[in-house]
Amino acid sequence: MRRLGIGFYLLLCPFALWLLLLIILPHLNMLEVSLNLRSYTTPKSYTFQNYLNFFEQPLYWNTFVRTAWMSILATLLTLLIAFPMAYYIAKLAKGRSKTLLLMACILPFWLSELVRTYGWMIILRESGLLSGLLRYFGIIENNIEFLYNDASIMLGLVYTAMLFMIVPLVSALESLDDSHIEAGYDLGGSHWNVLREIVIPHAMPGIVSGCIIVFMLSLGNYLTPNLIGGKDSLWFTEQIFTQFITRFNWEQGSAFGILLLLLSSLIVYLGLLLSGQTLSKTMGK
Amino acid sequence: MKNSLVTRALTLSIACAFASSVQADELRLLTWGGYAPQNVIDMFEKETGHVVKVTNSNNEDMISKLRATGGAGFDLAQPSQDRITSAQQAFNIYQAIDMSRINSDLIIPSMLKSTNENTAIGSDIFAVPHIWGTSGLVVNRKLAADVKDYTDLCNAAYEGKVSYRLKRPTLIGFAFAMGEDPFAAYGDTEKYQAILDKVEQALIACKPNVKTYWSGGDALINLVRSEEVVAAMAWDAGGWKLNRDNADVTFVAPASGALGWIDTFAIPRKSKSLDAAYAWINFVNQPKVAALITEAAGNFTAALGADEFVNDVAKAQYQESFSTQDLENIKWYPPVPAGLEDLEGMALDRIKAAQ
Repeated sequence: MRRLGIGFYLLLCPFALWLLLLIILPHLNMLEVSLNLRSYTTPKSYTFQNYLNFFEQPLYWNTFVRTAWMSILATLLTLLIAFPMAYYIAKLAKGRSKTLLLMACILPFWLSELVRTYGWMIILRESGLLSGLLRYFGIIENNIEFLYNDASIMLGLVYTAMLFMIVPLVSALESLDDSHIEAGYDLGGSHWNVLREIVIPHAMPGIVSGCIIVFMLSLGNYLTPNLIGGKDSLWFTEQIFTQFITRFNWEQGSAFGILLLLLSSLIVYLGLLLSGQTLSKTMGK
Repeated sequence: MKNSLVTRALTLSIACAFASSVQADELRLLTWGGYAPQNVIDMFEKETGHVVKVTNSNNEDMISKLRATGGAGFDLAQPSQDRITSAQQAFNIYQAIDMSRINSDLIIPSMLKSTNENTAIGSDIFAVPHIWGTSGLVVNRKLAADVKDYTDLCNAAYEGKVSYRLKRPTLIGFAFAMGEDPFAAYGDTEKYQAILDKVEQALIACKPNVKTYWSGGDALINLVRSEEVVAAMAWDAGGWKLNRDNADVTFVAPASGALGWIDTFAIPRKSKSLDAAYAWINFVNQPKVAALITEAAGNFTAALGADEFVNDVAKAQYQESFSTQDLENIKWYPPVPAGLEDLEGMALDRIKAAQ
């Protein structure tokens, strides 16, 4: 085996520091805080109460289930919308138009997420663009509020996550040799056969890695549900934020943070099991 | 937290990185938007030579920030007077004020006295008053003329057209409007919980009326300005700001009493430039400077004689919103006992979660 030189370790240093100082240490600290008993009077002691609260109060448990469910739905919707787009970009578009299409997907992400979310709010609000346009064409009589409901949250989530689905899909589909598709047709396969037997199996690692990224992004999203969802938003990250910032209850907030980490990892693991993929296969590509 | 090795290691490494960049005569001010307008900062820097660095914040954020560092990172903070003793007892983030360094002649005596009493722990005083104001109703008088009290926001006529914050002032305001006295129940957890339960039911029933729970002042102003929201629970200054653009909209003191707050000056425990902090307090309490701050923040200050220098528009708005009776009816927040906010937090969570 070849010995690794000092250059390797020097180059590794920033990454190792980042991992240690910004990922591992804070998580260990959070784990410790989450096990503390919250009390101003008694000295520090350890307890599982913060974790028990999550399971005992239906409020928190329901919020988590709702967040996870909506994130899964957002992931599936994103996949449905992104797959044909990615297929077109990877297989049908050529040269310049291909670059243009990819750029069109990336361009909105040059703005911050906050600005994009406010953009949607301007379009969807009661006195907003969409409402005004529908009224102009006489389709509706009074302004309609499109914001502050579950459908608008979904729209915001799908829009935010779209790019992160398209990129892995495009790269997975690009590696598929056109001759395989042609062979499928030559052997008498219908569009559906070819899609199911050739394209999807080949793109599976891309689909799974895209789904994992989109799911995690949606689950961890704070801005979109909060701003677009309004009074009914109720997102789990919002609960964590509230515990930390407005309730000063770091112990509870940390416990929620750890639970979010564990439960979302579990969901991803189940997803991998269901699709028959492994993490190394999807992420290593 | 204090003993955690991890925290110490982190603090040490961050402290090393930044230690060299902090100047001794820099005043790092943790305050509210509008409380430190640029023209006042310029005057102060010119007169004293200290440099002012402003961070805008709110009550919860101030406590969180100071708690995270054990009272370091800022030299002067401006929490509300009712939120100081509980935070101090729980997290030990402030240091006592040296009253001999405050020019008390510049401050309205009654306000100074009540703030000192409300923020004292033992013989230590932790704050002096700066800006006061109220929260009540911001009403579009053309579209929602009959909104006179918090509970009127729940009239079926205004479905989807009102807004309030999902924070403790809303709970307190509704409790008063429903005939309870939450402040009297501060010391009695069981009684307070009973009041909270009642308010929780009312606010859940009121949910169809709410367009959205506002969180930032700008968001609310947008909603009212576009007439998407016709009545809201908000601060007086927000109502007066809207009044300048649309005469129909203004601040209305609710029949059950506006809720009065006083934002203060408190010194974080690890403040690095005490000289600059005391200099700033004494500087902004000069009547003419205080008037400039009133124009920027929209609220009046505790500085004696500053009203004379405030412009006529602000004075007229103030008099229209508050009759003498309304002023006497203001419910001033007493200090919040530690632990009470946990009960309120659970109630707020349940209101938000209700469908």
